[in-house]
Amino acid sequence: MSVGSCDCRPCDAVCACGWSDGCVETAAGRVTRAKTRWSWRDRLGSWAVCWGVGRMRYPVPPGLYAVGKPGPDAPLLVTANYKLSFDHVRRALSGHDAWVLVLDTQGVNVWCAAGKGTFGTAELIARFEASGVSKVVGHRTLVLPQLGAPGVAAHEVSRRTGFKVVYGPVYAKDLPAFLEAGLHAAPEMRRVGFTLRERLAVTPIELVHRFIPALTLLALFVASSGLGRHGYRLEAGLCAWIAWAVVCNTLAGIALTPALLPWLPGRAFALKGAVTGAALGVAFACLWPFGRLAGVSVGLLSVAACSFLGLMFTGCTPYTSASGVRSEMSWALPVQGAFALVGLLGWLAALLV
Amino acid sequence: MKYLREVVTLRLDRDACVGCGRCLEVCPRGVFALDAGKARIVDRDACMECGACARNCPVSALFVRNGVGCAVGILNAKLGRTSSCCGAEQACCCGGPGETAKPSPETVDGTAPTVL
Repeated sequence: MSVGSCDCRPCDAVCACGWSDGCVETAAGRVTRAKTRWSWRDRLGSWAVCWGVGRMRYPVPPGLYAVGKPGPDAPLLVTANYKLSFDHVRRALSGHDAWVLVLDTQGVNVWCAAGKGTFGTAELIARFEASGVSKVVGHRTLVLPQLGAPGVAAHEVSRRTGFKVVYGPVYAKDLPAFLEAGLHAAPEMRRVGFTLRERLAVTPIELVHRFIPALTLLALFVASSGLGRHGYRLEAGLCAWIAWAVVCNTLAGIALTPALLPWLPGRAFALKGAVTGAALGVAFACLWPFGRLAGVSVGLLSVAACSFLGLMFTGCTPYTSASGVRSEMSWALPVQGAFALVGLLGWLAALLV
Repeated sequence: MKYLREVVTLRLDRDACVGCGRCLEVCPRGVFALDAGKARIVDRDACMECGACARNCPVSALFVRNGVGCAVGILNAKLGRTSSCCGAEQACCCGGPGETAKPSPETVDGTAPTVL
């Protein structure tokens, strides 16, 4: 499925892009005008991206675009060529006239690309010069997305282009307010949040990523459950409980811990995850119908699994530092390993002894 | 939501600071405030070491060892799956074109970027 993929250069005569809305003549040549409304294909695409479908087959051709009917005084905004970044920017600009310079970030969003350096000083200056945009606008101001700042040295850009750099708001949805306030972002527009909705936005892709590992664990535990003092025999009831345990742990790790993040005790993600895992573990220890030792072992394994998944969630958040994650990993991984080892030994002992 | 206490590598040289306020503009975590014409760190533990402030400081008054707070990336690097895309000593967790090992793009004056 090629959701909204588009290979045509800006303003090709037969541009197949759903978001293309004709051409604008400028001093630097013809420029594609972008629609400010999402089509069903854009919507489908944004939904598919959340599930990891076609995420990287999705770049927008880099270059200059027009939104509305921009004149020389219209603001000049910069974004990445990740389709979803571009989509959010053009939708936010509905009812406004603006120029949008799309950098080649290899189809990666602004923040990640800034971290990688592809949304960076060099690409910005190169794209700025190649587009000829300084002939198109009369003013001398570039509006960059704030989350592009890790990759761009504003003073360097100003020195090389003669344009003043203003960082816009974090979220594209705040662009209208930012533009109407005369390129001023209120302090709250400069902060990254982490609302429940944002915390759960990555759950679908996490589910996709964890599916095969979870299935592998399930297969291994089901296979091991047939072991016994009197030969090998699989029991449907036990297999069903194992499947239930794997499903509960996976969902707890990728959905429950993120959802409850602000209320789980501690600051370390491994600890927050361990708390979720402990709650689940106590439930399994009490309810496991195949012996107390096996139940307690499943409980210990739940603590280890949820704590590990909690640690893995650090990469999905907008507030963890690399130094913090390293510090947390140095004690959390050995503790998780110990819990997993004791849990595994208990599990095997319950089967064989 | 705050992460761990006293772990980040952020440093500010107040003597070098010219009080331009750019760090206040780029920081998405409200780490800085202007105080007597110079920047001041008011919420260190909120810092996530993204490196925006240091990259945009015109007088190099800020230092941070930048990186992505991502356990998957750090684990990948420990397992030898390195790529230069997510900062020093890290591999990438997010897939896509960045995952293939590529040298970081150089800054315009030809020197390697300080924080990548």
